[in-house]
Amino acid sequence: MAIITHDVVIAAAPRRAGLVTTVLRFCRKKPLGAAGGALVMVMVLTAIFADQLATHDPIATDAAATLAPPGEAHWLGTDHLGRDIYSRIVHGTRVSLAVGLLSTLLGSVFGGMVGLVSAYFGGKTDLITQRVLDILQGLPLLVLALVMSAALGPSIENVVIAISIPIMPRAARVIRASVLSIREMQYIEAARALGLRHLRIAFRHVLPNTIGPFIVLTTAQLGSAILTEAALSFLGLGVPEPYPSWGRMLSVSAAEYAQKAPHLVLFPGIAISLAVFGSNLLGDALRDTLDPRLRGAQ
Amino acid sequence: MSVVIFLLLRLAPGNIVDILFSTGGYVSDADKKLIMQELGLDKPVWAQYVEWIRNMATGDLGKSYRYDVPAWQVIKPLIPVTIELAVLSTIVAVLIGVPTGVISAVRQDTVFDYALRIFSLAGLSMPSFWLGMVIILALAAWLGWVPPMTYVGVREDFKIHAVQFLLPALAVGYRSSALITRITRSAMLEVLREDYVRTAWAKGQSEGAVVWRHALTNALLPVVTVIGIEFAFLIGGLVVTETVFNLPGVARFLVQAILWRDYPIVQTLVMFIAIVVVLSNLFVDLLYGWLDPRVRYSG
Repeated sequence: MAIITHDVVIAAAPRRAGLVTTVLRFCRKKPLGAAGGALVMVMVLTAIFADQLATHDPIATDAAATLAPPGEAHWLGTDHLGRDIYSRIVHGTRVSLAVGLLSTLLGSVFGGMVGLVSAYFGGKTDLITQRVLDILQGLPLLVLALVMSAALGPSIENVVIAISIPIMPRAARVIRASVLSIREMQYIEAARALGLRHLRIAFRHVLPNTIGPFIVLTTAQLGSAILTEAALSFLGLGVPEPYPSWGRMLSVSAAEYAQKAPHLVLFPGIAISLAVFGSNLLGDALRDTLDPRLRGAQ
Repeated sequence: MSVVIFLLLRLAPGNIVDILFSTGGYVSDADKKLIMQELGLDKPVWAQYVEWIRNMATGDLGKSYRYDVPAWQVIKPLIPVTIELAVLSTIVAVLIGVPTGVISAVRQDTVFDYALRIFSLAGLSMPSFWLGMVIILALAAWLGWVPPMTYVGVREDFKIHAVQFLLPALAVGYRSSALITRITRSAMLEVLREDYVRTAWAKGQSEGAVVWRHALTNALLPVVTVIGIEFAFLIGGLVVTETVFNLPGVARFLVQAILWRDYPIVQTLVMFIAIVVVLSNLFVDLLYGWLDPRVRYSG
């Protein structure tokens, strides 16, 4: 009996720490990162339960209560059309998070693929891809997204695509760098010696090992994707009506009433800042934890 | 580069003719065709591209569809505004970023360090256009005064002009300072552990001399790189900030031109921004040699 227990212990020894333990350890070592994670969690929950959390219909106008200051009826006041700011911010979380996450994922997955192919095959493929990426990176993120969203026309899908395009070259760079080092590993050589096809080596053996940099990249980009969405919507080139969007709540029409009703400008901006702050904190802490090359550098 | 910009724009649904006349009521199809022909929009896309490149080589940037004057003429007066704003913002960013980075590194892992890092990360998280709005609101609330929202030239009234530019520069610069802080901090942390810094301490030099003269000058190289990279982000940030502060710069005009589908203007502006970014990167590369005598470019 004792011998069997002994065997079980040995088998279980290399088991990795459980999810709860990992999360707890992360919280203790990186309190700021944990706070960021909490902010992101709040944002996700708000987006999921937006219908339950909102006190009013986010698009319903109320001519009797325009520009109402924060109070009991409207927690954060109303805008120039009498729409409830609190409910709009709550519902706006959905839009911002969805656009932010989707565009980051789209950009990182496509960019990552480009980086993988570019680094794995090297040579001319690599050279040409790198020059194309140089061109795309030569333009500021917002300018590129601006031109793209204008070119594609206003709709949620197009905003996602417009924001994802400037993310692609960054993702490609990060994944490329990581693949370049993985490519030289012995287990890749072993896979090649076994006669595996390129596609299988690239996707089964190289790709899973880039997951660390990939997670770091996506969390780091999430914040700037949310900011870009806000800026595009602010300029009237982002998420179209009737979806409530944080950026559009700040747009020129709101700015006109800002003197009379500062809450119109303050609260949506705070929502944006908190969301981006949370994902930045989390991204930084994840980078320190998952990316050993940057550990300690910050 | 030019191909990408050109194609992206031509893919856009809707064209200038429709937009120009959507406000002017009904226009017959025959008239529309005539105008399209006049603007060269009826030709295939590749032919338009070839023409654009050929014209650009001869210094002709095309005519603004909307204003019916050469694109360059429309853009030229806008450039100094944006350059001034960009330079001011960079100065603000450096003035905030470098000292916070240095102090953060010297007082590593103290409450001070944490506070400064949160401060700089907060800057990275706030949309600069919102920060600009809040600054204006705060001025109105506390001082009961708002800078005039129409552009005042530097010769007309220097004081108002300075305020008009300093406020947006503060909003944009604070945001840009975040990355500078971070890089300065990590570069300083490395340099502070070097032998020559210990030597400087051993010589009995004051903390100020060690930190600011011996350590900082050696930590400056990565900082300069990041300032160069930041310049590109900065111009992106200006797009919205110029709109908030109603400054007649290149970036604000770009937004308007995009909304108008005024292709020659948009193409010229985007090319201009790209060129500025490339030039600023080149400038940074050249600065290396000056900052670090070990860097030499001759083969």
